[in-house]
Amino acid sequence: MVELTGLPAVEAKNVTKTFGAGPDAVVALDNVSVTIQQNEFFTLLGPSGCGKTTLLRLIAGFELPTAGSILLEGQEVAHLPPFKRMVNTVFQSYALFPHLTVAENIGFGLKMLGRRRADRDAQIEKMLKLVKMEPMRNRKVHQLSGGQQQRVALARALAPHPKVLLLDEPLSALDLKLRKEMQIELKRLQHETGITFIFVTHDQEEALTMSDRIAVMSHGKILQIGTANEIYEHPVDRFVADFIGETNFIEAEVMQRIGNRGQIRLPSGIALARELDPIAPVGGKVTLAIRPERIDLVKPGADCQLAGKVENIVYFGTDTHFHIDLDTGGDVTVRVQNRRGFQEVLKQGDAVGLRIAPEAMQVLKD
Amino acid sequence: MRAAKGVDLRSQFGFHTIAIVCLVVLYFPLLILIVFSINANDIVAVFSGVSTRWYEKAFYNEEFHNAARNTLIIAVSATIGSTIFATLAAVATTRVAPWRGQNAVYMVINLPLMVPEIITAVATLSFFALLGRTLGFNFGIGNIILAHLVFCIPFAYMPIRARLESMDLTLEGAAADLYATPFKAFWHVTLPLLMPGISSGAALAFIVSFDDFTITQLVAGPGQTTLPLYIWAMIRRPMTPEINAISTILLGISILFILISFWIAQRRKAG
Repeated sequence: MVELTGLPAVEAKNVTKTFGAGPDAVVALDNVSVTIQQNEFFTLLGPSGCGKTTLLRLIAGFELPTAGSILLEGQEVAHLPPFKRMVNTVFQSYALFPHLTVAENIGFGLKMLGRRRADRDAQIEKMLKLVKMEPMRNRKVHQLSGGQQQRVALARALAPHPKVLLLDEPLSALDLKLRKEMQIELKRLQHETGITFIFVTHDQEEALTMSDRIAVMSHGKILQIGTANEIYEHPVDRFVADFIGETNFIEAEVMQRIGNRGQIRLPSGIALARELDPIAPVGGKVTLAIRPERIDLVKPGADCQLAGKVENIVYFGTDTHFHIDLDTGGDVTVRVQNRRGFQEVLKQGDAVGLRIAPEAMQVLKD
Repeated sequence: MRAAKGVDLRSQFGFHTIAIVCLVVLYFPLLILIVFSINANDIVAVFSGVSTRWYEKAFYNEEFHNAARNTLIIAVSATIGSTIFATLAAVATTRVAPWRGQNAVYMVINLPLMVPEIITAVATLSFFALLGRTLGFNFGIGNIILAHLVFCIPFAYMPIRARLESMDLTLEGAAADLYATPFKAFWHVTLPLLMPGISSGAALAFIVSFDDFTITQLVAGPGQTTLPLYIWAMIRRPMTPEINAISTILLGISILFILISFWIAQRRKAG
């Protein structure tokens, strides 16, 4: 595990970015604030158009913020052009220079910084070794495979030893197997170089497996910042719960509340004691998020929170998904690992009970 | 890639006939020119045997040498000058935020292509006459170089601009990200990637200047004869196949330049 110093590498303070003007103006970022620590693997996660790439481009210096400030190790940089920021980018298209060799590509930043040739060559060798591309040093870019180009792009961006490395969906052009390899490779590189990584992706699995912390974004706002576990287990709202993994949503009614605790009632009539942090009045509705793997299928009975009928069974190898029509209306998905048990004998149309641990039901803010 | 069956133009009625007629009209006169340049006879139109005597005669022809020297000096100077200006103009018109007058600028740059050349020639002549009379400026052969340089700019501009427009802007962004100032980014990334466009532009400018007749004829002073002017003068005297030999040499040089520029473009693309 990389040691976090707790010092901020990048701070965005109340950053707003608007493209265009007048009635056609598009708000790409809406008053966003986030602090990214040194040595952190930080991921900006969200669907396309959520503003994650805009935030990255603002940190790199390709865009100027409409309002707010961007600090790099405590220094205001919002007004500086890209070539004056000790920040490097791995572009989605790699953007390698086609007229230069692999080694010349890697040495480009150092050359522009005016480093001496001997220092440059030493650093190029180090980088070639780091990304395991030593035999390719004299190749031109078009002679490389997609995965190799990816490694050169990483080496080129890491060579000047930037304070922060920005990665704009760098794995999206690779096939699944190579992508998995590069995920591990990126973690290794971040560990070995000790550089802060800011990684942009729309792939929630990529975000969960690689990041120290994740910021989930939607419509130009950051909805939640937290570790993979925090975001998966305690999503703040419906969007986050739905975007990260699969989730079932069930409505419940607030029966009574004392302070921030209260009683809620499931559609099946079963009452539960819950913390109710968001403001929901007695008699009002709250939404519960329940992960498909946190529900047990059992024989219908009094100890079940919900009951329904098997509507559909989909076999996935390591697990099986059961789609259940609830007796009280609506439907849920239940994911069961394929070990021998009660669910093996289930078939379409069977009546089942659903047992859910109280802590698996997350009350959402919306 | 092969076109889908039925859409293939080659299967259309009359395709082969039209193609052959076009090729004959285009290349048969050139073939005659070359064949009669090795004619032993004194009269151009009567072929009486193979000989290199007209090439030998051209080889020792002082006037031809002078004309060739003038033409090369003018064409090389005009090519270098117009290519530099065209490159600057192309960068200035493609690497800026869109603005209101942009289309007007394209028009102004490309307008000389649409103005009849004789008009440009008369205008240039008047311009130099005025310059000479009022300010006493006369640059000699520099007048022709200047005139060629100016009318070659739009020819050089077109391929350079096309190349700049098709270039991936992310590359220049990547250079800036890697600490290149705007000038260094241009020098180390944009310019090397632009070379195929620049070499096509330069080749076009060279050919246009090399065989220009109209403007040169009006602007040229005594002793400033170029090859096209010299050939024109020869035609008005009793014609010998020497004119064919000289024309063939001219053709050879033109083809050579096109091949060199093609080769540079190919090498850059592959490299």
